Amino acid sequence: MPKKTYRQAINEALRQEMERDPRVVLMGEDVAGGYGAPGEDDAWGGPLGVTKGLMPIFGRDRVLDTPITEGAFIGAAAGAAATGLRPVAELMFVDFMGVCFDQIFNQAAKFRYMFGGKAVTPLVIRTMYGAGFRAASQHSQCLYPLFTHIPGLKVVLPSNAYEAKGLLIQAIRDDDPVVFFEHKAMYDEEADVPDEAYAIPFGEANVTREGDDVTVITMGRMVNYANQVADKLDKEGIGVTVVDLRTTSPLDRETVLETASETGRVVVVDEAHPRCGMAADIAALVGQECFGSLKAPVRMVTAPHSPVPFSPALEDIYVPGPDRIEAAVRATLDNAVARAAE
Amino acid sequence: MSGIEPIVMPKWGLAMQEGLLAEWHVAEGATLTKGQEVADIETSKIANVFESPVGGTLRRLVAGPGDTLPVGALLAVVADASVDDAAIDAFVGDFQARFAADAESAAPPPEPATIEAGGRRLRYLEAGEGDGVPVLFLHGFGGDYLSWMFNQDALAEGRKAYALDLPGHGGSSKEVGEDLRDLKGAVVAFMDAKGIEKAHLVGHSMGGAVSLLMAREDAARVASLALVASGGLGEAINGAYLDGFIKETRGKKLRAVLEQLVADPSMITGEMVDEVVRFKRLDGADAALRKVRAALAEGDRQRGPLRGVLDGLGVPVLVVWGEKDRILPVEQSEGLPDGVKVLRLPDAGHLPHMERAAEVNEAIKAHLAGA
Repeated sequence: MPKKTYRQAINEALRQEMERDPRVVLMGEDVAGGYGAPGEDDAWGGPLGVTKGLMPIFGRDRVLDTPITEGAFIGAAAGAAATGLRPVAELMFVDFMGVCFDQIFNQAAKFRYMFGGKAVTPLVIRTMYGAGFRAASQHSQCLYPLFTHIPGLKVVLPSNAYEAKGLLIQAIRDDDPVVFFEHKAMYDEEADVPDEAYAIPFGEANVTREGDDVTVITMGRMVNYANQVADKLDKEGIGVTVVDLRTTSPLDRETVLETASETGRVVVVDEAHPRCGMAADIAALVGQECFGSLKAPVRMVTAPHSPVPFSPALEDIYVPGPDRIEAAVRATLDNAVARAAE
Repeated sequence: MSGIEPIVMPKWGLAMQEGLLAEWHVAEGATLTKGQEVADIETSKIANVFESPVGGTLRRLVAGPGDTLPVGALLAVVADASVDDAAIDAFVGDFQARFAADAESAAPPPEPATIEAGGRRLRYLEAGEGDGVPVLFLHGFGGDYLSWMFNQDALAEGRKAYALDLPGHGGSSKEVGEDLRDLKGAVVAFMDAKGIEKAHLVGHSMGGAVSLLMAREDAARVASLALVASGGLGEAINGAYLDGFIKETRGKKLRAVLEQLVADPSMITGEMVDEVVRFKRLDGADAALRKVRAALAEGDRQRGPLRGVLDGLGVPVLVVWGEKDRILPVEQSEGLPDGVKVLRLPDAGHLPHMERAAEVNEAIKAHLAGA
């Protein structure tokens, strides 16, 4: 099976869906580059080159460079989706999403509900998230919990290149607005990715490791870290189940509750802030529905409740990593032992 | 330094690059016989019992449970009891030094190719060189060329061996017709495209039924038949298995379905289940599987009996079956015409070519030699 990077997998998903369906169009800042200016056409392919090569195939009519006015082009994309196109809009950094919240929260997310189910909004907003890029607090946030909070939006966090291709194809085929979170530190990571098109359904979490002692529930970039911890602890005889949520909305409650009940010890790992975040959300769900099965308090591993620091040394300890996940798994086991001894 | 022999990580199939030693069944000092089951080894595709390639006294276990090692890495040392420990130490040291040097040049697994044939894209893996009549492997329902990972190399001596993804399967085009003849047509088209006049067909399950159709309708292209737990030889089939294979998309439930394929369910690894899930997600795969399922059988009854094809067939026929087959009952290997060789394996389920690969390969080799 061919190895492809996260970047190539996303580019291939876009290309195959654009070939399959003429209604699929791309728009965003420099998704081709060079528009209206002297110089090379298709110079950029977005800030990190993800869409490079698509404009020469599909032309300027389907790969649209937009001005730096997120509110305008996200609104245009939502309207185009409601009237028959299937736009994939690239909003560079999720940190900039605030300037178009009204278009997303009050318009795109509400069309299906406020037009009595008569409107569909097949809109995909691709965006970069996450720290680790030395880009400070305005270009490093996660923010997916904000979108997960809004009914009517689907929120997707692919954890590797294989997942990225299949989930993006599903996003484009979906009739609801989808916010697709690409971690900027993962674009060069490789995985086996089939050449053919495939769709990974939303709301189906992926159990990437199976173990009997602790369940780690996570998403996005944190999945690889959790897998590393599971592999390490497996050698010590500690069995760790890892659940990759894939989509925070819709949420696969069934897999969360089943895997939580099986081990009775749960660690939720979320790269975002702790307050009103995914970790708190999952912890509450498990606490309410699996209380009788729990052998230890649910633990959360998150970034601190502070902006992403500009200092590289601080940024490195800001992002949850394998060490903190491992410590939380061990602490959960110690809790369980302590309780049994009482 | 004669009489010291290494036991190394086996290469089970073309794609295997490393294996996990799950457990030793023997301790240092044990007397091993060749073929004795000495360890459990897991690969990224399948877990299986490892049989000792040599006999003698087990003097040293070099690898421990949980170790993941490349193919060819030293697992243990066998030598006569008279060889002193220092000599064993020297052997191990020397082996490890040479092996580390070789590892630099390890070849990647072979990648399958694709070819346009009969208006469809077909994926296949080619192995072997030589002028012998080629072998053509045809997998079962839901399978692909990797079904033959333990057999293709072993049967490619002095000839080419092709493992084909039938339409609707693996990396081949997902367009399939209403009838198994459509799959047979793809096999003929593949042979035409590759310039193969005649081939020894090795067919598993559905691939066996396709082989029987070939023998009936394109006899001139068939040099011999090796039918492994073949379709078409009886009426009964486990329809619930076929339906479960199509329906279940989640790992846990699909694993329970796939476990019906083998006598020992621990052979089915998480990666194997994952590969099936990934195949089923490909555009067109689900629709193709549903069509093929309908073409194969109605409920628990196979369509179009093909047992009669074997009557007076002018080519050698070998039939292999696992006695614990839960998909096609082993009784379907009984009462076949005289001259058909039959090998029944007591500890195998529906995948004898994977579960008991060494024995099945030997039987097919002998069959090909006589053909």
